[in-house]
Amino acid sequence: MPKPLVLIAELTHRCPLHCVYCSNPREMVRRDGELPTEAWTRVVQEAAALGVLQTDLTGGEPLARTDLMEIVGAARGAGLYVSLITSGAPLDERRLEGLAGAGLDHLQLSFQGAREENAAQFANASAGTWEQKLRVARWVKQIRIGLTLNFVIHRENVDQLPEMIALGEEIAPGRIEFAHVQYYGWAFANRARLLPTREQLDRSLEILKSAEERLRGRTRVEYIVPDYYAKYPKACMEGWGRKAMIVAPGGDALPCHAAPAIPGLAFDNVREHSLREIWEDSAAFRRFRGEEWMPEPCRSCDRRAADFGGCRCQAYLLAGDAALTDPVCSRSPQRPLVDAIVSATNAPRAGMPPAMPDWVYRPNPS
Amino acid sequence: MTPEMEARPRLAPGCRLNEAKQQPRVLLMPERALRLNGPSLEIVERCDGTRTVRQIITEMQKLYAKAEPQKVEQDILGYLALLHEERALDFE
Ligand code: SF4
Ligand code: SF4
Repeated sequence: MPKPLVLIAELTHRCPLHCVYCSNPREMVRRDGELPTEAWTRVVQEAAALGVLQTDLTGGEPLARTDLMEIVGAARGAGLYVSLITSGAPLDERRLEGLAGAGLDHLQLSFQGAREENAAQFANASAGTWEQKLRVARWVKQIRIGLTLNFVIHRENVDQLPEMIALGEEIAPGRIEFAHVQYYGWAFANRARLLPTREQLDRSLEILKSAEERLRGRTRVEYIVPDYYAKYPKACMEGWGRKAMIVAPGGDALPCHAAPAIPGLAFDNVREHSLREIWEDSAAFRRFRGEEWMPEPCRSCDRRAADFGGCRCQAYLLAGDAALTDPVCSRSPQRPLVDAIVSATNAPRAGMPPAMPDWVYRPNPS
Repeated sequence: MTPEMEARPRLAPGCRLNEAKQQPRVLLMPERALRLNGPSLEIVERCDGTRTVRQIITEMQKLYAKAEPQKVEQDILGYLALLHEERALDFE
């Protein structure tokens, strides 16, 4: 039985932003359905006892929880490395100092682009969001906790990549992550406007590779590419039920963020079961763990220990069956589904730019 | 980059060892963890911003008195350079 190393704690689905690529599920948990402080305290302790080393406190916007400092303290007290994944919106310097004092190790700050207007465009954010992010980055550097800048990139902002890199160089964090959107949840609904062209993608990779070289020794540059253009799928979650465990705001334990979209999977809840019971016995974790479940061509493929057959949620979203080989794989019989999407995206467009569908903004659950 | 002998290595912001009572010992950093064995742990424990690279080498040469001193120095310089490239270490 593999041991989990990472606990992704989705503390809430509430968030003041409305990102068009948000990875939260379309059905969100409301405030009155969220786990209380004591439950999170128990969850982080059980995670540490299971061998987990690091926890990502995320959401939604984790800062929307008024008890965040207590949860950070409990996680650090249990021996975990604590990261906060945030848009930085509802934060001031005093609260950040409090969080650092409680044991916060690292803050990951997300950006919608390199320009002030991007936050409004892609996250329907209020004015001032941009300035606020820059302030948060400064504070984090001053108090000497880890800082990652996270830029989510897609068709409508990928051309500003050099500006994003310049901003990153100016802020000089330990780590910058450029994440091409992955198509689940809200991003799946907005895919037609988000998926870059092949030309955009190739150019972005060239720029990223040279930035990685240039910043070596100063900032670690990491990037995630959209796998619709890849030959083989990504090793989703580094294998189902293998490295990571996600606990959703209401306490459901998930093998992958997007797993609630898969019909027929029953999730166990941390209110009723210990993390160990869930990790070892939950039907949802066992369903796609290891190689037993694999269909052909994965079952006899030489890459199955490297990518675990790809992403189950993507197989469901694209081909209607979570137990198929990930359709982005060039060996999958369903690859033509992805090829059709890719060629529609790259079809030459004469004259007027085509009318793009309106964004579907992610709402804020009350 | 070869570290300078008088520089004082210190773990970068967001990087720390787990606690002594936790096993195995690891160097924790944003979104990753590096498992440390005997000598690598002893090196990382000395990257506290007070010792110079030269001091760390001398202490390690004493600790591993049976090993070829030149080899110990090379290994340490290589390891510090690697940690720096991973952004786990600053030289002050
Ligand atoms: S709306 Fe944006 S900031 Fe809020 S949780 Fe989703 S991705 Fe994160
Ligand atoms: S066939 Fe399956 S295991 Fe082989 S590369 Fe494709 S997804 Fe991976």
